[in-house]
Amino acid sequence: MTLPAETRDRYLSAFERAADGKGRPAWLRRLRDEAKDRFLSTGFPGVKDEDWKYTSVAGIAEQRFEPAPRDVGGLSPSDVAGYLPGDAAGNLLVFENGRYRADLSVRRPLPPGVHLGSLSEALSGGGDGLVPYFSRSPANAFTDLNTMLMEDGVFLHVGKDVEVPEPIHLLFLASGGERPVMAHPRNVIVAGEGARVTVVERYAGLSDAGCLVNAVTDIAAGRSATVVHYRLQEDGPDAYHIASLRARQGKGSRFAAHSVSLGARLSRNDVHAVIDGEDAMCLLNGLYLGNGEQHVDHFTTIDHAKPEGSSREYYRGILDGRSRGVFRGRVIVRKDAQKTDARQANRNLLLSKEAEAYSRPQLEIHADDVKCTHGATVGPLDEEKVFYMRSRGFDESSARSLLAYAFAVDVLRRFDLPDIRRTFEEKLLAWLPDAGPIREFLHEPK
Amino acid sequence: MKNGSPMLSIENLHSAIGEKPILRGVDLVVHAGEVHAIMGPNGSGKSTLANVIAGREEFRVTAGAIRYDGRDLLAMPPEERAREGIFLAFQNPVEIPGVSNLYFLKAALNAVRKHRGLQELDVVEFRDTVLERLRLVEMSEDLLQRAVNDGFSGGEKKRNEILQLAVLEPRLAILDETDSGLDIDALKIVAAGVNAYRSPERAIVVVTHYQRLLNHIVPDFVHVLVEGRIVRSGGRDLALELEERGYGWVQSPSAEVGEEARP
Repeated sequence: MTLPAETRDRYLSAFERAADGKGRPAWLRRLRDEAKDRFLSTGFPGVKDEDWKYTSVAGIAEQRFEPAPRDVGGLSPSDVAGYLPGDAAGNLLVFENGRYRADLSVRRPLPPGVHLGSLSEALSGGGDGLVPYFSRSPANAFTDLNTMLMEDGVFLHVGKDVEVPEPIHLLFLASGGERPVMAHPRNVIVAGEGARVTVVERYAGLSDAGCLVNAVTDIAAGRSATVVHYRLQEDGPDAYHIASLRARQGKGSRFAAHSVSLGARLSRNDVHAVIDGEDAMCLLNGLYLGNGEQHVDHFTTIDHAKPEGSSREYYRGILDGRSRGVFRGRVIVRKDAQKTDARQANRNLLLSKEAEAYSRPQLEIHADDVKCTHGATVGPLDEEKVFYMRSRGFDESSARSLLAYAFAVDVLRRFDLPDIRRTFEEKLLAWLPDAGPIREFLHEPK
Repeated sequence: MKNGSPMLSIENLHSAIGEKPILRGVDLVVHAGEVHAIMGPNGSGKSTLANVIAGREEFRVTAGAIRYDGRDLLAMPPEERAREGIFLAFQNPVEIPGVSNLYFLKAALNAVRKHRGLQELDVVEFRDTVLERLRLVEMSEDLLQRAVNDGFSGGEKKRNEILQLAVLEPRLAILDETDSGLDIDALKIVAAGVNAYRSPERAIVVVTHYQRLLNHIVPDFVHVLVEGRIVRSGGRDLALELEERGYGWVQSPSAEVGEEARP
């Protein structure tokens, strides 16, 4: 889609204001210029674009999103209170409309060898250490838009053999005003050889105002490193949420990307993991819930470039109302990636007749000694199970809710942070119709 | 044998799946304390009958009536039937991943107790009750922590049904091919569980293709269902006769419709 003149001018002027920031290193300017040129010439993707066939972003292209005014700092500590980490030693970095709010953040000591700070801070010092992690592919219109307009985000670097004992929490809040605002957070997470770290990225909207959140997170997991990443999206009902998570894994590394997608009228979650060293393990584990007119798209790629890697991909969606779920799971096994063991499963539960799900596994296998499986299902609740429960005295609505809950919990039970797991079990219950009677299930002693 | 009015009375029951008629006029009367066996060849409608009593909606009732304690059973949703004391042991118990067996049992038991105006059991009381019943069906305790029937063997699933029966203590138990897929040892365990449940206040309807289960759960009455109708009723000897002579014997046109042994 070529951009109309008005849209082009608006994004160009936003670019000029963003690029105006002081202390931006030359390498970044070059990247931004390139991204700007690409974006302005190609514009937003259309549904004729294979990668966007089932997800129309016309609503984003048409709206007049502007960067949030700089003088606005609408958030107060009470807005953040509900997101404070349960663990006493955890760090929390808060961003409002993509800008760092040091005053609302909670900083606690970290082990030696760990750098955690805002990206803008790192860039003002030249940010040379960031270069290898910044120009990463694959690029699309939205990652380009992020590169040309991004103002801030997080830079986390965990040195060799350092273990960060408590998770690091990143909170991105949209506090939209009268006009639709946009934010382009950019996070860079680097785990050195043998390092271990867990990062929780949470997105939430504090108002019902329309906004665009277009986030990019790049992760590099060094040799034998372990990176566990959570992405929890609860943006407001009129938000557009576009996300790109790109990970590169070294030899023997472990990378887990857990996600819950709950909010936004339209969300698109690109995950691109490259297994770039032998014997690495990648887990993508996501839950999405759609209701009303929501549209939720997960677009994943796991690229096995080196031998003996294993990947597990489990995505489950519950779709109610007139919502739509889209899943694309591409697994590439390169010629050299012998002994790869890749499994993928996408299951969609439709709670209403109007809800829809599209599931597209894509396996591209170029090696001959590999194990790859995939499965996709789309369907309503199994009436036999509903009847079984009713025949044991459960009323119909609790039977349905409990079955839907059990379906979704399959994803949440892989969350290894108990606080996050419990929080989202509760959110799932709140989301399900008539889940009251099954609430005690959560607190059942095992 | 007859203690006043019947617990269950089925009159001229017709049922269909979609447009296909399955039951074509079933009559059956069951009193408290009785054990009835429903036998018949594959496709005769035995399982349909069991499922209709439990309230499965896919089996449309097109004519006839079922009364339970004098009340119109067909007007009750399945959960109300369960709470009123009807229990169907499934031929193929479904797996419910994500829901622990223990939770499931507790929720089911409390639904029944609440309906009867009894206090819900607390965790300790409930655990004691379940552990006792567990021994009865010789089930391992760790099956309680697992998800309902999830990854259970065929025999474990059937035993789990009997465990539910023993915990929920319904008044009318319907066993749908509970013997299918069981080896002789498992069959004996299941039968022992059912026999322990037998009492003058309770009734059992055993649906089975083979008579071997009836060596262990001895019925008071045997009914033969063929093509959606009960074509013969008798005492326990009828089951033995069927075993010897096969269903072809009762299916033959000369076979008289047995009324002589009606309870």
